[in-house]
Amino acid sequence: MKILYQIGEYVIIVLQAFKRPDKGFVFRRQLLYDFKRLGVDSISIISIISLFIGAIIAIQMAYNIDSPFIAKSIIGFSTRQMLVLEISPTIICLILAGKVGSRIASEIGTMRITEQIDALRVMGVNPPNYLILPKITAAMIYFPVLIVFSIFLGILGGWIMGSITGLIPSADYILGIRSWFDPFTLTYAMIKTVVFAFIITSVSAYKGYTVKGGSVEVGQASTEAIVVSSILIIFSDLILTQLLLT
Amino acid sequence: MIEVKNISKSFGDQLIVDNISTVFEGGKTNLIIGQSGSGKTVLMKCCIGLYDVDSGEVDFHGRRFSNLPDKKRKHIRQEMGVLFQGGALFDSLNVEENIMFPLNMFTRMSLEEKKERVNFVLENVNLVNTNNKYPAELSGGMIKRVAIARAISLMPKYLFADEPNSGLDPKTAERIDQLLSSLTKKFNMTTVINTHDMNSVLQIGEKICFISQGKLCWEGTKETILKTEKKELNDFVFATELTRRIKR
Repeated sequence: MKILYQIGEYVIIVLQAFKRPDKGFVFRRQLLYDFKRLGVDSISIISIISLFIGAIIAIQMAYNIDSPFIAKSIIGFSTRQMLVLEISPTIICLILAGKVGSRIASEIGTMRITEQIDALRVMGVNPPNYLILPKITAAMIYFPVLIVFSIFLGILGGWIMGSITGLIPSADYILGIRSWFDPFTLTYAMIKTVVFAFIITSVSAYKGYTVKGGSVEVGQASTEAIVVSSILIIFSDLILTQLLLT
Repeated sequence: MIEVKNISKSFGDQLIVDNISTVFEGGKTNLIIGQSGSGKTVLMKCCIGLYDVDSGEVDFHGRRFSNLPDKKRKHIRQEMGVLFQGGALFDSLNVEENIMFPLNMFTRMSLEEKKERVNFVLENVNLVNTNNKYPAELSGGMIKRVAIARAISLMPKYLFADEPNSGLDPKTAERIDQLLSSLTKKFNMTTVINTHDMNSVLQIGEKICFISQGKLCWEGTKETILKTEKKELNDFVFATELTRRIKR
């Protein structure tokens, strides 16, 4: 019963969030603020992780495809495919669920326990609309940009590592990443990213918005936001893959 | 004038506010007093619409407010200023932006007009040159004053304050009391203050409602409170050795 109650509560809060903002310029200001906090502030961690993951994938591919009968360009091709199809959209979004999700849940949760959300309500402001809608919008617009950036850096990481170690000749790697490219794979990655962005922000905002108690409960809500978002990301990944790639 | 008519509110099996009726008079400082856990805050939250009441209603100048959808309450809410116990200032906004927030949301004032209003209300709460400070940089008393400034920025008809001087030293607490009382007179507001501070009661209580165990036990003024024979109220008013000695 509790899960049904929570799903109902989540739907109500999300529906309240998706109402027309009272003041357009206030919404735009919040949106810019959230672009920075949720998107721009994540660039450094995404860059580091993507570069290293790309490098690791390339080395592992080279190790696995160590045969004179298989062209070295396959390493570049496989690295690109793995990054585009799964690693960047899913793994990076799981990392963002931890970074961005916990930030949203703790920020909104703290606002709840310090009566800032009550202050918004008594002023006649729709709190989910003011607090949650800009976050969802910012993430749904900015996360795809981050993921494209992550794919690029991952491929670059593979190339750098292959060149440094001499495992993959540069020309073969570049030939591989340019071979058999199906633009739909990128569309698939972007669709997944947008869905994951919605899950991360809405679930985390819901967890923060419904906090009752004090700082311990805010920490708990933050952890729950990451756990629930991660499970939903993996679950929706399976469904979207089934729907879009088969 | 705010009319509270037969309000009851319970959480689960626990009845917190039990059939309370009273009138908070316009242009006066109305106090709700009682021990911690007596139901003062719940009564105030019912009045400002943060809790829906189980029965009864709250009228603002004859306009029904309780248990209406948020959309229908919006107009009255914009005539209302609320000072929360901890101030409830928005951490990500500085003092000026905090006070400007309701002006941004509900008025079509130009930026210059809004800045003028911000400075006007800050002067009224005796805070100047703090416009660019963030809540984390302010003392407890300053936070309360900024919160009062934000609450009166739309020139409300009704001002609610939940324990405005809790956690403050006696001198700052007295200043906050005097400030709320003088603003009530200056802007002719209906002010409702929750408190259990007897200094506030004796200084600014033009109308006092005493609540015990969720029930309204006594109503009067600061002049009559010391002469009452009501046992629960006497136990509350003369709870300390000092007050008992003064009474003797």
